[in-house]
Amino acid sequence: MSYQIVVCGSIVPDPLQTLEPVSGPTGPSLKNEMMLPSVLDPWAWHALFEAAHLAKNVAGSKVYLVSVAPKAKLQQVMMTVGQKAPFELIVVDGPSSGFTDAAEIAPLLAEAIKGIPGLDMSKLLVFGGWESASRGAGSTMQIVGELLGITNQFQGVDKLTVGADGSFEILERIEGGKHQVSKCAGAPVVLGWATGSLPEPPNNPQIGMQNMRAIMPALQKAKPAKVATDAVKYASVALPKQQRQTKIVKDLPADEIAKEIVAWING
Amino acid sequence: MVADSPAETLRTLPGDDVRAILWRYADRYDLQMLVQSARGVARGTVARLVAEGERLSHDWTERKNTLLKAYDDAGLTGAFMDPEQGGYIAGPKNFVHALIVFELSWVDAGAATGAMAGDLALAPIHERGTKEQRDFYMSHACPKPGEKTWRGAFALTEPLPYVGVETGLLNGKVRVAEWKEGQEPMLQVDKRGRFITNMGYANFVTAAVETADPKIKSSCMIILHEDDPGIWDRGTPTKKLVHQLSSTTDPVLSLKVPASRIIGGYTIKDGVIIPNFDHGQVIEAVFRRTRVTVGLMTAAKLLSAVEPVIRYQRGRFRGGESAQPGSPRYDLGLQTKEDVLHRLTDIWATGEAAASLGFYTARLFDEIDPLERQRDASFRERKLTGRAAMKETQRLEALAMAGKEANDPLVQFVKLDALGNVFCPATKLWNTGHGANTMREAVSLMGGYGITEDCPGFLGHKWMDAQLEATYEGPEAVQRRQLSITMTNELFLAQFKDWIPGMRTIASTHPGTGACTVATAMQMWLWTLRHLQEAKDADGAKLYTSNRQGVTFPLADALCWILAARQFILDVLELEKKGPENPTVAEGLAGTLQFYMDLCHVQSARAAGEVGRICAELTFGYNRHPAWSSEACNACYLSDDLDALEGLIPGIASSARAYTDVTEPGQEHPAKAGPCVCFENYEAFTKMRMRMDGCLTGARLAKDRAAESLQKVMIPEALDYPL
Repeated sequence: MSYQIVVCGSIVPDPLQTLEPVSGPTGPSLKNEMMLPSVLDPWAWHALFEAAHLAKNVAGSKVYLVSVAPKAKLQQVMMTVGQKAPFELIVVDGPSSGFTDAAEIAPLLAEAIKGIPGLDMSKLLVFGGWESASRGAGSTMQIVGELLGITNQFQGVDKLTVGADGSFEILERIEGGKHQVSKCAGAPVVLGWATGSLPEPPNNPQIGMQNMRAIMPALQKAKPAKVATDAVKYASVALPKQQRQTKIVKDLPADEIAKEIVAWING
Repeated sequence: MVADSPAETLRTLPGDDVRAILWRYADRYDLQMLVQSARGVARGTVARLVAEGERLSHDWTERKNTLLKAYDDAGLTGAFMDPEQGGYIAGPKNFVHALIVFELSWVDAGAATGAMAGDLALAPIHERGTKEQRDFYMSHACPKPGEKTWRGAFALTEPLPYVGVETGLLNGKVRVAEWKEGQEPMLQVDKRGRFITNMGYANFVTAAVETADPKIKSSCMIILHEDDPGIWDRGTPTKKLVHQLSSTTDPVLSLKVPASRIIGGYTIKDGVIIPNFDHGQVIEAVFRRTRVTVGLMTAAKLLSAVEPVIRYQRGRFRGGESAQPGSPRYDLGLQTKEDVLHRLTDIWATGEAAASLGFYTARLFDEIDPLERQRDASFRERKLTGRAAMKETQRLEALAMAGKEANDPLVQFVKLDALGNVFCPATKLWNTGHGANTMREAVSLMGGYGITEDCPGFLGHKWMDAQLEATYEGPEAVQRRQLSITMTNELFLAQFKDWIPGMRTIASTHPGTGACTVATAMQMWLWTLRHLQEAKDADGAKLYTSNRQGVTFPLADALCWILAARQFILDVLELEKKGPENPTVAEGLAGTLQFYMDLCHVQSARAAGEVGRICAELTFGYNRHPAWSSEACNACYLSDDLDALEGLIPGIASSARAYTDVTEPGQEHPAKAGPCVCFENYEAFTKMRMRMDGCLTGARLAKDRAAESLQKVMIPEALDYPL
């Protein structure tokens, strides 16, 4: 049994950057967003690691990364991501902003997946982030699954084990730091990953060179996607009230750190 | 403070897309990936080691050793090799090295030195080795799964008296140990090294040795293995104050090796082993490339200082009672003061100019490499060596000067080679020497924080490291010496002369870049060189001679300023041309370009100032100041005479004082050193000097605009590597 593992993942601004919401003629956005460095959405990162690991262990499997993002920014991100694991990139040139609604993005992803040559639903595993670092609505993967007609969906996944008979055992996060164990007969499934359980694969420039031969043409031929921006109206956008105040203290004992946090919570 | 403010200022710190255009690798995804890999190591493994104090030990520790795996995993070790040797990037590797070194040095140049030292060991083999040697060592040094990666060290420098004196003098010796009839000779190599990088873990050494045996004709470079019979003592770690993330020791090596280890091979004639290359020929080919990357280390430091300095400046008063949120003191901190902004502008401009110079030189050597191989092959085929080779080179240079046979690769080679011979030492000298001084400025902008281990961006470490970069692989005097010879090559000068109208043309469309200022500085430098080549000092001694370093060295310094400023302008024009094609650059491009052009203007003005100062000192400084001879005194007006003439010629008493010397009552002559110097024969120079001063018009307005950008530019919330 081999799989077609499709990872849905877009890009988000590098979290170290100063993110300042601004309002423009096309709605809210982040100040200088196109100019800020981006990274692959961390939730999708985990999904990609898991996909790469699974594909490596199940002969004949292939990983696709389907991404709705501005292609110029995506190209930048691929210089890092492309060196981690073999995959084929499918690009939809569109917005990756956190102000774009899941209902607008999911159909684009579903269409892109349906367009994969030789797509076999009996082998299809659709991976993605349970949430997103740009919005976190937690609904994109569910809608994608619905549009593809996949009803076996699991969210907050931390582990996938493939049984000898091709069945899946899946660990989903539930409240209280616990996991729910689910069993599923096999593909097709949608898995919205939490952090997963696997480390970041080591860099491999040889894989990068190999990936890039296909990634660059895919980026070049990516067609711009129309996103209906009037589906959602934003009354106002603002920075979170609680801003991060970074404090650098070396060698502070854990007890002291805990006391400080408790004091902060208590106000 | 701000005058003539443009509508657009720099919005964010320049990202990879901007840099890729400036340094011309926007169309090379292999290099863009390499940059990301190197950055991951630099801001991950390397930064953690620095933050956790690993620089405090001279020894090569287990933790430092993790760097090697990080380099291997990221593809930095394999980047030097060709695909057939296990690498993944085809073609020349000078620019590849430059990018890796730049990224690593952004955090710690010692790590960059360690990463590159293996390639330095391989470089003699790569440049001059036999095919068998190249294939064997390059592939063994390329990391492969399940195989041991060979690490090399390059051993040239030796303990006193020869350390750092001259690469031509060696104490290390090679002699024939055993030579059986019909078999390969076995050689005894004795070499004591000093400050040898990578020696803490090297498996092989490429060592420079002098012949100590009449049966070996010349010096050579030879490869030694750790398992060769004899002594392989890695030696004690050097007590470096800097670059502690590279392993440096003083090894003692006394080993018996086969003659096939002579780099480049050998022939035997009349019972004498004749190495195909003496050690000088090998290291010349190596250093002219590796020195460029050292220059880029300091450039990276300067540019890496910008973000932490801005953050420090803005946050300087936050938390204090006097700085309430929303107030300029809270939002801008020290940036309400013009001085700190202007100084940071200077640092940034220097860093950009140094990077432009270094990356151009690296690209230049990538162009030279294949042409040089064609030249070598052609000379070998035609059996041109020694004087015959020199004559042929002169013939090719004459063709290049005359603009003939421009498509002949050999003519192309001599033309580019003339540039390489200047740009390599210029990069090493200016980037590290002036860069180290400028790095001190960066440290000073962080106040007391700058000289602590906790300084964000490790600026204190970087300042100290810069001093080593100015020293190793040929200290400043060596670079000045080389420049003093190569910059007088007529083929270089012809190209240099051609660039002057080019700069004027740029100035006509881009007056804000300072290109006109650079063009005038170039004219002045060229005039001064020609003058000094002909002129004599007050005692009749020639001025431009190899021993007269007071003349040649400052002129070399002046040239470096010009080259750096010019390359910076050319890079910014590239950004203007290609920027609109990339949507991530196009947004905010107007502000980015305005800022970069202002930086160019600032740098051009500074360069012109240096050139003017140096050229004026050299042009006038070797003439003896006129003294108060009786003849000179007679030429002066007497104050009383002028007063008497005032009735006849109103105003003469005051105007005469402006133009000539006037002796006041009771004086033998005016109270000064002597009659004012007459500029006869120097009109061309004085005109240029005056013109150049005028060319500085607008430079300070540009600095004000750049300073405004520094106040407004958006920076990340935190540095992307640990403290």
